[in-house]
Amino acid sequence: MSASDQARSIVAPTSMMRRIAGALVIVYAIVTMIPLVWIIATSFKTPPDSIAYPPKIVFTPSLEGYVNLFTTRTRQSPEVLAQLPAPTTWYDKLVRSRNMVIAGPSNVVPRFVNSIIIAFGSTFLAVFLGTLAAYGFSRFRVPFKDDLLFFILSTRMMPPIAVAIPIYLMYRQLGLNDTKLGMILLYTAVNVSLAVWLLKGFIDEIPREYEEAAMIDGYTRLQAFRLAVLPQAATGIAATAIFCLIFAWNEYAFAVLLTSGTAQTMPPFIPFIIGEGGQDWPAVAAATTLFVVPIFVFTLLLRKHLLRGITFGAVRK
Amino acid sequence: MSEATTSGALTEKVAGATPESLARPLRGLSDKAIAWLFIGPTIVLLLAINIFPLIWTIWLSFTNYRANKPNAEVKTVGLQWYERILTDADVWFAMQTTAHFVIWTIIIETVLGFGLAWLIDKKFRGHGVWTTIILIPMMLSPAVVGNFWTFLYQPQSGLFNYAVSFFTGIEPSSFQMLGDVRLSPWAIVIVDAWMWTPYVMLICLAGLRSIPDYIYEAAEVDRASPWRQFWSITLPMALPFIMLAVLFRGIENFKMFDMVNLLTGGGPGSTTEVVSITLKRQAFESWRTGYSSALAIILFVTVFGLANIYVKALNRVKQR
Repeated sequence: MSASDQARSIVAPTSMMRRIAGALVIVYAIVTMIPLVWIIATSFKTPPDSIAYPPKIVFTPSLEGYVNLFTTRTRQSPEVLAQLPAPTTWYDKLVRSRNMVIAGPSNVVPRFVNSIIIAFGSTFLAVFLGTLAAYGFSRFRVPFKDDLLFFILSTRMMPPIAVAIPIYLMYRQLGLNDTKLGMILLYTAVNVSLAVWLLKGFIDEIPREYEEAAMIDGYTRLQAFRLAVLPQAATGIAATAIFCLIFAWNEYAFAVLLTSGTAQTMPPFIPFIIGEGGQDWPAVAAATTLFVVPIFVFTLLLRKHLLRGITFGAVRK
Repeated sequence: MSEATTSGALTEKVAGATPESLARPLRGLSDKAIAWLFIGPTIVLLLAINIFPLIWTIWLSFTNYRANKPNAEVKTVGLQWYERILTDADVWFAMQTTAHFVIWTIIIETVLGFGLAWLIDKKFRGHGVWTTIILIPMMLSPAVVGNFWTFLYQPQSGLFNYAVSFFTGIEPSSFQMLGDVRLSPWAIVIVDAWMWTPYVMLICLAGLRSIPDYIYEAAEVDRASPWRQFWSITLPMALPFIMLAVLFRGIENFKMFDMVNLLTGGGPGSTTEVVSITLKRQAFESWRTGYSSALAIILFVTVFGLANIYVKALNRVKQR
């Protein structure tokens, strides 16, 4: 729709109306971004700056938050510090200026790696299973199809805390508590319902004629699925994968109840980044920043499919 | 449909006559086999990770089992837990807290979300970019959001308190959004509205865009006032979409856990203790597994009912 088309319609909003609408929406967008911008800014502040009153809008940027996030430090007396060899790296110097020494790396890297492994592992499995099931539901006559689809969707709507009680007991029995495998299986189960619903919508849109033509040419059903349907569904599969990835990346309730150490992901870890005397806000902000930046990228990639994703494929625009 | 079946049956018959060793490479798997092969694994996974535990929960809800004492003797207690929950004043209070939270977030998010969608639908220059920016909060982790809002709500140094004092002149350290019995429920509502208004907006926008222009053109020819057009065309036609958003937010907020757990943890006292927090405290802090299983089942049934209505609404929207 070009601008001149709209101008001709008698129902098109006047340019005055458009400008007012634009101004209001932009104001909302800016206000809504302030908390996020503030967190990102806080990650570049020093601890005293981060809790200064009045809040510091102009500040000297510092990487102390990031250094504190990635290290554990111990406070030393001036005498001990004086005996130590001079700091060699910039982060050593930064820590030393606070009368501390770096004792070792913090847990943040393993937690981040856990988040990545669990998110990608469960996404791969959910999309794999979801694509197959969606194709099955889309193309074949399955008994109790609507009931099965409702059952699949309803599993996603269950309150995680309610599900967590028996999962906790079951995993304890199987030795899956606080393991990456356990979390991957759990997130796969939660995500597969979304994957089936979304992908069924995408596959429904692919004309059956493609497969039929392929099968007339002598392909089997499976070959037709692989060679005619999958390439057509690629965009849908990618969009679904990103939705699953975001869910697994963001999930908190299961993670906080079922993991405590080796399989802990970022969401339950971030609130417990503490320094001397309470939460180390610049370090928390640094972790938050590193954690949400991938989401910005995903949102941008998904913007055309967001509506579908949040309505389980029902609203397509 | 029946034609397909007969031809399918015919193929089966022909296939049956063909020796197995020949038929396999020729036909590959039958459609029926493929259908179950494709759907089966998903169903098995959901049975193992959702249905089996659910049945276990139902069983536990009739017992005195405690997860922290796995070796103690397990006795059945009948419907005792259900009786106790339904007569427990604390549970009813948590239900009320949840209801308050659900109702207020829905009201605020629907009004703001629909308003925004209506404005964006005016298609001003650059609306695509601004819409994407507005959508960012709903993509974030509720837990991480809850955590960083506690920072914004700090009484002395928090940006939120500072902004309030800047506009109203109230001393920023004179009120605690998370520590005050009267304010903490609203502190949660504000964060939820910040995060989920874009969600309602996006669905409402789809609703508004589904209304064809010719209806407005006809109304214009009939000299219907803009006010009249809004009430007789825009709102009724967008209503199924609004309902969809409201239902989904209702379900999500009914089981709200992440954000509340990090913002207030149910406090101060139990003023913001929504049902999920009660459940978590009973199940994973007091280890009253039987009691909490019964509460979980009550939640299940409620959400299941709501989900049923939601799917009906989904199908209605789909037909458009």
